[in-house]
Amino acid sequence: MNGEFRLYPEEASTAAPAVDSLFLFIIGVTVFFATITAVLVIYFCLRYRRKSENHFPPPIHGSTPLEVLVIGSMLALFLFMFFWAAIQYLRMMRPPDDAMEVYVVGKQWMWHLQHPEGGQREINELHVPVGRPVKLIMTSEDVIHSFFIPAFRVKQDVVPGRFTYLWFQPTKPGDYHLFCSQYCGTQHSRMGGWVHVMEPEEYRRWLEGQADLSMALRGRQLFLKYQCVACHSGNSQARAPLLEDLYLKPVTLTDGRVVEANEEYIRRSIREPKADVVSPYQPIMPAFTPNEMDDLELEQLVEFIKNLHRDQTPTRNEDTPAPEVRTEQNK
Amino acid sequence: MSVEHVTPGPPPGIPTAPPAPHAATVGESFATPLAHHFRDFGQQHEAGTLGMWLFLATEVLFFGGVLTAYEIYHYLYPQAFEAGSQRLYTSIGAVHTLGLLGSSLTMALAVRAAQAGQGRRILQLFLALTMALGLAFLVLKGVEYYLDYREHLVPNLDFHPEGWPAGVNQRPAQIFFSFYFVLTAIHATHMVIGLGLMALVLVLAGRGRYTPDNYTAVDCLGLYWHFVDIVWVFLLPLLYLIR
Amino acid sequence: MTTATVQPHPQPAEPPAAPRRIDYLNVAFGVRSWLLTTDHKRIAILYLVVITLMFFIGGAFATLIRLELVTPKGDLVEADTYNKLFTMHGIVMIFFFLIPSIPAVFGNFFVPMMIGAKDLAFPKINLLSWYIFVIAAVFTVWALAAGGVDTGWTFYTPYSSRSAHTYVAATIIGVFFSGFSSILTGLNFVVTIHRMRAPGMTWFKMPLFIWSMYATSIIQLLGTPVVAIALLLVAIERVTGVGIFDPKLGGDPVLFQHLFWFYSHPAVYIMILPAMGVVSELVTTFSRKPIFGYKAVAFSSIGIAVIGFLVWGHHMFVSGQSIYAGLIFSMLSFLVAVPSAIKVFNWTATLYKGSIDYKTPFLYAVYFLALFTIGGLTGLVLAATATDVHIHDTYFVIAHFHYIMVGGAIMGYMGAMHYWWPKMTGRMYPDWIANLAALIIFVGFNLTFFPQFLLGYQGMNRRYWEYAPEFQVLNVMSSAGASILAVGYLMPLVYFLWSLRYGKRAPANPWGATGLEWATASPPPPDNFAETPVVTLPPYVYNPEEAAVVR
Repeated sequence: MNGEFRLYPEEASTAAPAVDSLFLFIIGVTVFFATITAVLVIYFCLRYRRKSENHFPPPIHGSTPLEVLVIGSMLALFLFMFFWAAIQYLRMMRPPDDAMEVYVVGKQWMWHLQHPEGGQREINELHVPVGRPVKLIMTSEDVIHSFFIPAFRVKQDVVPGRFTYLWFQPTKPGDYHLFCSQYCGTQHSRMGGWVHVMEPEEYRRWLEGQADLSMALRGRQLFLKYQCVACHSGNSQARAPLLEDLYLKPVTLTDGRVVEANEEYIRRSIREPKADVVSPYQPIMPAFTPNEMDDLELEQLVEFIKNLHRDQTPTRNEDTPAPEVRTEQNK
Repeated sequence: MSVEHVTPGPPPGIPTAPPAPHAATVGESFATPLAHHFRDFGQQHEAGTLGMWLFLATEVLFFGGVLTAYEIYHYLYPQAFEAGSQRLYTSIGAVHTLGLLGSSLTMALAVRAAQAGQGRRILQLFLALTMALGLAFLVLKGVEYYLDYREHLVPNLDFHPEGWPAGVNQRPAQIFFSFYFVLTAIHATHMVIGLGLMALVLVLAGRGRYTPDNYTAVDCLGLYWHFVDIVWVFLLPLLYLIR
Repeated sequence: MTTATVQPHPQPAEPPAAPRRIDYLNVAFGVRSWLLTTDHKRIAILYLVVITLMFFIGGAFATLIRLELVTPKGDLVEADTYNKLFTMHGIVMIFFFLIPSIPAVFGNFFVPMMIGAKDLAFPKINLLSWYIFVIAAVFTVWALAAGGVDTGWTFYTPYSSRSAHTYVAATIIGVFFSGFSSILTGLNFVVTIHRMRAPGMTWFKMPLFIWSMYATSIIQLLGTPVVAIALLLVAIERVTGVGIFDPKLGGDPVLFQHLFWFYSHPAVYIMILPAMGVVSELVTTFSRKPIFGYKAVAFSSIGIAVIGFLVWGHHMFVSGQSIYAGLIFSMLSFLVAVPSAIKVFNWTATLYKGSIDYKTPFLYAVYFLALFTIGGLTGLVLAATATDVHIHDTYFVIAHFHYIMVGGAIMGYMGAMHYWWPKMTGRMYPDWIANLAALIIFVGFNLTFFPQFLLGYQGMNRRYWEYAPEFQVLNVMSSAGASILAVGYLMPLVYFLWSLRYGKRAPANPWGATGLEWATASPPPPDNFAETPVVTLPPYVYNPEEAAVVR
């Protein structure tokens, strides 16, 4: 792969061939019309070269039917391209429900990645199994970065203060470039790495080799450390709403709005608790700023809450055993 | 209006004597001359006012840009913005509004005075009244800023508003106050520029520059001043009256 | 047209012994007569001098960039220096060369002449806009020399409002003031075109260059204030530390992008519309035919201006913007390509059955046609959401916009220079070297930027000081092309200056063109015309039989 001359990157994801064929079509149209224009212009220039100073050609002012034909055919062609692209784009921007998730934090000038189940952490590298959809949940600690994998034809800006998402499904094992694609300062051009796509068995072995406490378990530890449990205790007189089975449920806020409890909602509730207050609770939760809790920890807490089910809220006096580490084997 | 140019005429490029500038029509020798590139005062006036309207269009886009950004944040943080708005000195805002509306009245009277040929002293009087009201606005604005500073409402300068309602997120409040100061400061800058131009027009009015045939500068200044007033009429409810 | 004065036959050069006429250049001498002039023609020359200087400053930055990119590793300059180089290249070229270029030089000089007026509506404001421009340029160059800026010409927050340790606020002030100059110029043109046309010149008798200047001016008026406020807010955030785009204070960094691109997309039309207007003039003059589809071309300029304000989100498909908003912007971006396609079709059709003379200005028009077509069509790849995800922020984008801005706008600018130079200076330049320079520019340009399309699709990112080794071959090719391009741009500097002293004296109408500017001497007298012309013919009437019938 290195040093090899190629016109376009390897097609290593399900989206890549689709993007490439659309690209080839539009480039084909470009080449076609550029060639026609060039040929016509050169031909007219040669054929109608000025022969004498007294030659005044007959004035041709235009032809409305021809103009309408040109406009009409351009419009039709462009709309065709638009729709083709739009359909593919919607596919690329909507992750499938069964996608395996990985959390990403971008910061000047490196990428932190965390696998939720085994808590595996990576820096500037991402290991994924071939043939499964992968969804990245990303945020930035400082300025805007962008996560770009040319071989998969995917890219998404990574913005501070919110989560953005990207998904792909690799189709070929191998090592593929990962680049930061939004200028972010001095080391922008060095803020890259590799995506390692592995056969399922190899991936399983890698996971076990790197296994650590799962993100959810770490998040549980943070839930206790930051005293969330003091108010979100799960009992009926709690001053704060129950967080069990919360993920993706509709939540009614004090101002009447109903929102979906997705990652962004959970993130915001921790960073800016007074923004969306659940009805009928009081807005008494303190805010946890990036100074107090960095984005890596935030993602662990988010993962914990996503996986928190009935009767699993920890108690303040913790004597129940910690849940088992969930790996690919005992899922 | 011009006679069609009939051959033979002088070949291009050889200058004839340039046409004499039209003398001021009302006999006052210091009246604004007709610029050499205009046909007549009518064209000069139309060009001037069209130019001022276009300039005001750019100002609409300029203020519109800031106000759009402001409203987006208002939509995102309604409670913080409301709490911030309540902290502003609405009474001062009211006095500002009355003063500015009054100054628009006096400005309109000044334009009328020029248009109707009521004499240079009347024109100067109305211009001076407008300036006085404008200056009063600016002085009061300075006082208001000082009071805001004392209440710790200036972002980044020891910002901690007292008695902030318990449930409301204070961090977006900094955004509210940032916009408050930016918007009112930009508005005030426009007023300062307007007052500077007004002083110039005042002096020239004293020299008899403006006649009923030719008062474009006063007219354009009036347009500008009314625009500054209208901007304030938008700022007042958007900033001070969020409830 | 005034009946006696337009001869569609090109005139021979004047005999050297003809008595010297008074023209706008020799009517007065001395620095004061230039620095305090209100003559639109002199102000155009003043602009020409400043923007030429800015072009070579921007070009110097580009040279260093291409030199660094010969090798994958960053070995010529430090990373921070490189980041400053591409930032400053963009800022200087966009705000201080391309945006003023054709409007401030040829618009200022020829808008009044082409409509038969003695000057612009507001000559003193015209001079003021030049001074504002010069002050802005000096201030910005000082900021660049004092330490530079490294935010990218796009100034994205929060990097620009918080992280960058460079002269951001100072540069923003310089750019802010250049915006004022742009607004005042646009204002002047709109009022002039509305109110100062010669008797008989209705809207549809105006040359197409005027239509494109009108559309450009509308964009300048309506778009510039928004970027002014966006940049002002960034500067305020930076200097006072208040949060507006800062997410740590609840601000939205993507909001900056919306405000920025709301202007900066229409800005690219400010850069290309004047060049399109020039091409309309060149194609008609050198094929001796009226434009094919005058109204379509005129309205397409307005169409581009209007739709151009609605497409800014196509710079933000992967920014976190809603995907549905993205689809709407994509659709509108495809629509805005239609008027440009009409223009290319109409220019080509104008050549059909023409009487074509291969003078240098015409060569530039032909090069424009080729390169703008390629650049515009590659814009379709970017407008298509699915492909844009892959090539956003890669060299594909860089290649696309350089094809339009250099292959299009600068070719148009050079065409205008070669077309109107005899009128402005009263001198002809030697054909052979001008044609050679044009060819060198064309070849050098393609060698520089065509490989970048390939690099972009392969995944080479823009604004990269170091790049992956597999991209080196094409980068070397691109840098080699850049050296040829540089030679091509230096040549006109030499022969134009030479022509001022040694060039043949130009007649009033060396190209046999129609248009009021050719109905007066070269160089023109201070008041442009001896008497106000009266217009009876539509534009581009070359055929004497047609002229007789219409009259």
